[in-house]
Amino acid sequence: MTTDLSAPARRSTTTAGRGNSPRPPFGVSAVSVLAVLIALFSLVPLGYVAYMTVATGWDTAVALIMRPRVGELLVNTLLLMAATIPLCLLLGVAGAWLVERTNLRGRRVWAVLLAAPLAVPAFVNSYAWVSAVPSLGGLGSGILISTLSYFPLVYIPAAATLSRLDPAIEQSAAALGLGAWRAFFRVVLPQLRIALTGGALLVGLHLLAEYGAFAMIRFDTFTTAIMTQYRSTFNGAAGNMLASVLVFFCLLLLVAEVRSRGTARYARIGSGVQAKALRLPLHAYQVPAQVFLLALTALAFGLPLYYVLKWIVAGGADIWTASEFLPALLATFWYGLVGAAATVVVAFPMAYLAVRKPGWFSKSLELSNYVTSSMPGIVVALAFVTVSIRVMPGIYQTAGVLVAAYVLLFLPRALVNLRAGLAQAPKELDEAAQALGKPPLTAFIRVTLRLTAPAAAGGAALVFLAIANELTATLLLSPNGTKTLATEFWSKSSEIDYAGAAPYALLMILLSAPMTYLLFQQSKKVAGQ
Amino acid sequence: MTAPSTRRLPEPRVAPSVAATTNSHLQITDVTKNFGSQAVLKGVNLSVAKGGTTAIVGPSGSGKTTLLRLIAGFEHPDTGSISLNGTLVAGEGAWLPAHKRQIGYVAQDGALFPHLTVGQNVAFGLNPAKLEGGRRAVAARVAELLEMVSLDASMAKRRPHQLSGGQQQRVALARALAREPELMLLDEPFSALDAGLRVATRRAVAKVLAEAGVTTILVTHDQAEALSFADQVAVMRGGKLAQIGNPFVVYTRPADRATAEFLGDAVILDAWLEGSLATCSLGGIPVRRPPAQGRVQLMLRPEQIRIAEDGPIRGVVVDTDYFGPETTVRLKLNVPQEVAEHADHRYPGGGEVITIRHWNASIARPGMELCLRVVGEAVAFPVED
Repeated sequence: MTTDLSAPARRSTTTAGRGNSPRPPFGVSAVSVLAVLIALFSLVPLGYVAYMTVATGWDTAVALIMRPRVGELLVNTLLLMAATIPLCLLLGVAGAWLVERTNLRGRRVWAVLLAAPLAVPAFVNSYAWVSAVPSLGGLGSGILISTLSYFPLVYIPAAATLSRLDPAIEQSAAALGLGAWRAFFRVVLPQLRIALTGGALLVGLHLLAEYGAFAMIRFDTFTTAIMTQYRSTFNGAAGNMLASVLVFFCLLLLVAEVRSRGTARYARIGSGVQAKALRLPLHAYQVPAQVFLLALTALAFGLPLYYVLKWIVAGGADIWTASEFLPALLATFWYGLVGAAATVVVAFPMAYLAVRKPGWFSKSLELSNYVTSSMPGIVVALAFVTVSIRVMPGIYQTAGVLVAAYVLLFLPRALVNLRAGLAQAPKELDEAAQALGKPPLTAFIRVTLRLTAPAAAGGAALVFLAIANELTATLLLSPNGTKTLATEFWSKSSEIDYAGAAPYALLMILLSAPMTYLLFQQSKKVAGQ
Repeated sequence: MTAPSTRRLPEPRVAPSVAATTNSHLQITDVTKNFGSQAVLKGVNLSVAKGGTTAIVGPSGSGKTTLLRLIAGFEHPDTGSISLNGTLVAGEGAWLPAHKRQIGYVAQDGALFPHLTVGQNVAFGLNPAKLEGGRRAVAARVAELLEMVSLDASMAKRRPHQLSGGQQQRVALARALAREPELMLLDEPFSALDAGLRVATRRAVAKVLAEAGVTTILVTHDQAEALSFADQVAVMRGGKLAQIGNPFVVYTRPADRATAEFLGDAVILDAWLEGSLATCSLGGIPVRRPPAQGRVQLMLRPEQIRIAEDGPIRGVVVDTDYFGPETTVRLKLNVPQEVAEHADHRYPGGGEVITIRHWNASIARPGMELCLRVVGEAVAFPVED
């Protein structure tokens, strides 16, 4: 059934639309209004940056942006991205190809192990590396740590795509006279394009947004510089201009990703059941491949885990001070739960419109979400600090503002899950319930909401765990005296109390492990759609 | 070889719904519906008698599902009105939402709730508070409904995905019957089933609905299904109802060529009509209710053209397709003697290739000449130009 969104136009021509008894089908207009409000709210960070740039004035802005300091940050950031993104692509694709397309021994274990570094927050990884090599610092270390932390962002979508890729395509290439290597570069790699550009975008955005990992090794990027500015001048024009440049880079990455995605079709064409993939025998390369993967996971996952445990052993019982430890854990749980629930509630109207009423309206809502999802935590936090102080001073440094920032930051995670869940609850089921005498609202609750519940729970879990590891926005927005696992870890390790920080690091890794596994499983499903 | 039957085809039954519109259960008047700029329904009028079975049949995109959704109350008509049992439910300022219409609805794929068991699905529309005996009465009613659709009561504990397609459709029917609706709407409920199951399920459903005396509307794109299921067939094309009538009438006397060809194979020949006799390559054929005189197009169903040793018409076999129980034979017709002699006949035909069917594959081989006989009347359409 075709659906349309021209509800007002439609009703102006219908006699059934007049009077008070005939109503439009349940909730269309209410949901649309809600979604627009949410989209407007989600544009607050971008609006803040734009407003600040204009308010600063052209001359001041130019003066603040055209400084040697900004040039230095620019060089740092560009070099970091130029080195890290290709390295992540290389490691991610190599890992995915070995796991999915060769007869690698123990590939099921490797498949999970290669995703595991995502469970270690980048700033915990940094902490471990600084523990291992105290002299670490500068661009080289930044590249090392961020590559080890972020290559799974490429590996996961690449592995998912490779596992779903129709082997008949490779077989056709072979029949057309291409050898295994040439077939990989000419046929398989182009099929990975969406996964790779998406993964590269994520790596780039993480590099731009990360604060803790780079601050720990004294490597300056825009985000660390904005934080420093904020600490010294609170809300100065210089910091705001740095934020503008940062946002400009984020938007640039978005555009670059959309451009390089291309318009070719990558879904499988034709019907029938897909054959099982053929695996390339590694023969003599089996051992080098095993060594490569062992080294990679040892550096990316083994090393952080080893140093966290080492500090815990070294710290002994002294570091488990219940009076510090329990409030941080409780606060983390509390913010995680409230933030996750709020995010899912906010994401629902968006997901509902995208699935049930596809059209230009839901497309533009998605676009606004897409832009918001690229906003670094530091920019979202700055925007909320400024807006709350200027517009509603009463809410500054309240839990509500922090939760609102969490909602914006993690909305996309909940959206992906909710959309998949709503797709499992077609509107025909709602209609069937109505035809069985249930009023629209009852039908909606008993059928659509009930069927979406598992997906909503999955999305909420992802948001919960993301909040548990969030550092930048929490540092800026948390109410006075509130400590979470991440902020407590941060303050301890900033005071070089590495042993004291270790329990918090361990807890964050333990909390993130299920999230990583969830993401890994989810990617396998999503790749098929 | 079959002995050709020269008796006339039986007179059509006249469906009660065609005869009287005063006692109608459902009345649709001048209904239109647009989606954006696309007109899906362009003024539909339909009347369905109480207890009757109506099939709305048409190619995909003709608007038949939209019409059904308007009746169910899932969509508003743009103009026009719909009334049930004489009460206006849509149009002219009235609006009764779907859940208050006392309608049963079975969707294409059954639309069973995947989170509920079969029993919970069937009980979904029942209100335990209103039923005497509460939950026990609900369980009893569920068992009764499952039995009604020939499913074992033990199925109630299963999940929808554990059932076959045909079983799912029967559960969907039981669920829709639970509230004892006065009107049952079936939206292509058999199209997802494979051929053998489709016929069996269709028969079972028709039997259940007939026994319950429920007025039924079936939407389908399968003409054979429409003709066998309903006592009133409404042919839909391009957002309008092209013809409404009993199955026999719409099949043997279609209103126009498109309807004729949609409802089954048709042999179309150019002919010259004088009075009620048409002359064509098959000789002189009687026409019922001639719509025009002079040049016309003549429609015959392939089964009206029989192979007979003493048949007056001759044709040469072009090729054949063997289907097992029957063979499709393509024949090139010879120009009949009487037509060739009377050159003044301004009939344009001669030498057409027609397709007929026969059960015996061995009598038709390419190049053979066969004798044919036409049984019954033909339908004439004015020449379109």
